[in-house]
Amino acid sequence: MDYIIEMLGITKEFPGIVANDEVTLQVKKGEIHALLGENGAGKSTLMNVLFGLYQPEKGVIKIRGKEVNIFGPREANALGIGMVHQHFMLVDSFTVLQNIVLGMETVAGGLLRMDDARKKVIALSEQYGLKVDPNALVSDISVGMQQRVEILKMLYRDNEILIFDEPTAVLTPQEIEELMHTMRGLAAEGKSIIFITHKLNEIKAVANRCTVLRRGKFIGVVDVASTSKETLSEMMVGRKVNLEIDLQPLTAGEPVLQVDKLRVKSRRQGHTKDMVKDVSFSVRKGEIVCIAGIDGNGQTELVHALTGLTMPDSGRLILNGEDITRQPVRFRNTHGLAHIPEDRHKHGLVLDYSLGENLVLQGYFTPEFQTKGFLRREKIIAYANQLIEKYDIRSGQGAQTPARSMSGGNQQKAIVAREIDRDPELLVAVQPTRGLDVGAIEYIHHKLVEQRDAGKAVLLISLELDEVMNLSDRILVIYEGSIVADLNPKEITVQDLGLYMAGSAPGTARRDVQ
Amino acid sequence: MKLTEKIKHMDFSFLSSVIAIAVGLLFGLIILLISNPAQAMGGFSTILTGAFRDMRSIGRIMYFATPIILTGLSVGFAFKTGLFNIGTPGQFIVGAFGAVIVGIKLPQMGAFGAAIVNFKLPLLGSPHWILALLAAVILGGLWALLPGILKAYANVHEVIASIMMNYIGMYLVNYLVLNTVYDRLRNQSLGVAKSAIIPKLGLDNIFPRSNVNAGFFIAILAVIVIYIILNKTTFGFELKAVGYNRDASKYAGINEKRSIILSMVIAGALAGLGGGLLYLAGTGKYIEVVDILAAEGFTGIPVALLGLSNPIGVLFAGLFIGYITVGGDYLQLYDFAPEIIDIIVASIIYFSAFSLIVKNIIDRRRIKLGGGKVQ
Repeated sequence: MDYIIEMLGITKEFPGIVANDEVTLQVKKGEIHALLGENGAGKSTLMNVLFGLYQPEKGVIKIRGKEVNIFGPREANALGIGMVHQHFMLVDSFTVLQNIVLGMETVAGGLLRMDDARKKVIALSEQYGLKVDPNALVSDISVGMQQRVEILKMLYRDNEILIFDEPTAVLTPQEIEELMHTMRGLAAEGKSIIFITHKLNEIKAVANRCTVLRRGKFIGVVDVASTSKETLSEMMVGRKVNLEIDLQPLTAGEPVLQVDKLRVKSRRQGHTKDMVKDVSFSVRKGEIVCIAGIDGNGQTELVHALTGLTMPDSGRLILNGEDITRQPVRFRNTHGLAHIPEDRHKHGLVLDYSLGENLVLQGYFTPEFQTKGFLRREKIIAYANQLIEKYDIRSGQGAQTPARSMSGGNQQKAIVAREIDRDPELLVAVQPTRGLDVGAIEYIHHKLVEQRDAGKAVLLISLELDEVMNLSDRILVIYEGSIVADLNPKEITVQDLGLYMAGSAPGTARRDVQ
Repeated sequence: MKLTEKIKHMDFSFLSSVIAIAVGLLFGLIILLISNPAQAMGGFSTILTGAFRDMRSIGRIMYFATPIILTGLSVGFAFKTGLFNIGTPGQFIVGAFGAVIVGIKLPQMGAFGAAIVNFKLPLLGSPHWILALLAAVILGGLWALLPGILKAYANVHEVIASIMMNYIGMYLVNYLVLNTVYDRLRNQSLGVAKSAIIPKLGLDNIFPRSNVNAGFFIAILAVIVIYIILNKTTFGFELKAVGYNRDASKYAGINEKRSIILSMVIAGALAGLGGGLLYLAGTGKYIEVVDILAAEGFTGIPVALLGLSNPIGVLFAGLFIGYITVGGDYLQLYDFAPEIIDIIVASIIYFSAFSLIVKNIIDRRRIKLGGGKVQ
């Protein structure tokens, strides 16, 4: 059998970690080959080796049966390898067409010749059903169209081997559907596709074969059609994964958080719109309350007001009987509130600090970690090691690892560890599992439930319907800044919840449309 | 541990500075060769060795280094806390004015002034010079306060605000010198009282005729204090956290506006102290009434870059630039025009400031070799 790509026995080491340990990947011509693994399993490292960004310590790369050495993206390109990165590599202020030809411009007498390029792009776009407007500025088009531009970039360069690095993470469900369709089309035209992901549904939907990595090691390669999702997830995580959570019935106790007529105005210049409109609710001991809603319906503003990142315009917040409406973040942090933020890079971590320093980000000033204004480094490291052990945070150099160099899943675990270990009365968790693999999701879900079972209050803000249905004792639906429903997950279907989130209460015949 | 393993884990900061200096020196040699090939090799070896020909020259290195160590520390400290303090010339000259005015006016303030001037501390002489330096520190800090407040509350970039403060500071000091302590014969400030001159602490015996004084020890003390603040204290932890990620610091409950303002004020105070140390050295330095920004202020930027913003690095970077300046002075023994000497010294400093680029290149090579980021 002739393979178009063979990566044989690839080993790549980083300080303190073997990112790829004798990994083998063989891709046939015209197939969609999934590369499956948890966050930090070594998928991106392997692709960076194929793309020439890293040089492996050991191993052989063969393209179309010929052994090659790849020293950079340019050579990879010459071999017909193209990649759609997770974070797009597009120039925002250029048009779609300019972005596609960038680096491959046709020039005559020192001047750009865009006409030929335009014809080729339009032809390709029609051939593969990739709808784009060549003249639109990249900054003006949707994320889905930006991705199509990235795909066209590869096709324009006549690439035969296409790598998609977690392409669905940024897409809406419809866009994902379209992308799957495109991928099948490309494979049918004879292109070979490597599809990096940790989402099993997507693998089942498009991939022919699947290579599984775990902790840098090659676990196996399977035929997707004849392998169940359960088997795949077991191969990936190394044990059986169960995302079904059976919440033990628990009587909720005293209210921990009381929100009374909270109102937050838009902070954007020239806007006076209320982003949160007179919201009132409470969260009691021993319950997980979930705020469900479509992104951008005031969740961020609500959370920022709860946690002190912005001050509410009116209303009251009571935490454990204390009025915290006007209290700063530090006061809330030290009075029983913990916050797993929505954006782990913006708010959750100081990426240039070490893991250890990040783990004491809210506690560095306590007597445990300082005396007379001097940090007690050995205490900080000891505490960090304890959390690393207890919460299984994986990193190259332990407490000294720069936070920036950790994988997304482990960064999130570090935040979860930090927040939960502070033993908060109220945990505000905003999309705590976004972008994580099933193993990490399962882990974080269990941690949230543990908090609840220990009699703490949890306020979960999530966009994922499955998560909402699985994990909550109560569901509050937020729509355009107002709480429009207070639901019991046992008495409602996912479909009805979806309708509430879209702003129309089921059974009331779309009262919002006249 | 194998050698390659060791290389992977080594810190290349120091090496990158050394490489940058070597490139700078090489460039200096090329200029020498172009301007006067016959004398070039002799001249070059004079630049390298001139500063060590006698004790006086070594003292002069320390004297030249003192103010630029402080302005370098000012810029480096600001870098470490996420700010670009380009306002050192303004802070420097405003601080210098504070020192000079206290140095001149205090003895004239009746019984109180006389008491201070005549009071004798063991070893250190009158506390007059200490008060004058304090004035330099306070005024330098105040001069950075406004850019700090603008940055913290209105998100005005500190580069713009502090450049403007440079000009305001320069003209204001000229105006104030003209109206308070002006020597109209020489178009400069009057000399400070003897009691306001920083004591020599016997350094003049070790390094005769070199002008070095206790100010050098104050510079070292400042280096140590800043090093401790940045690396050992919760205060430094907060300042750096805000510099790296303002949003996350706010999330962690750090008062990020206060931290930004304090970072700027401390940086300004350091530059102001540098100004005070230079103008209280008793070496015939007076504030000249000219429309030129203080060169020592801007020199702080290459000093900080060469020292990679590390306080200890800044100390050695300042000494290195002092050493090149002193060595350059001896070039006059050869047939080089004074302007060529300045060009050579400036080119060496110029290239030296590229140590950050060298460091980045080394780091990138290491990632290829197998250091760095884990996906």
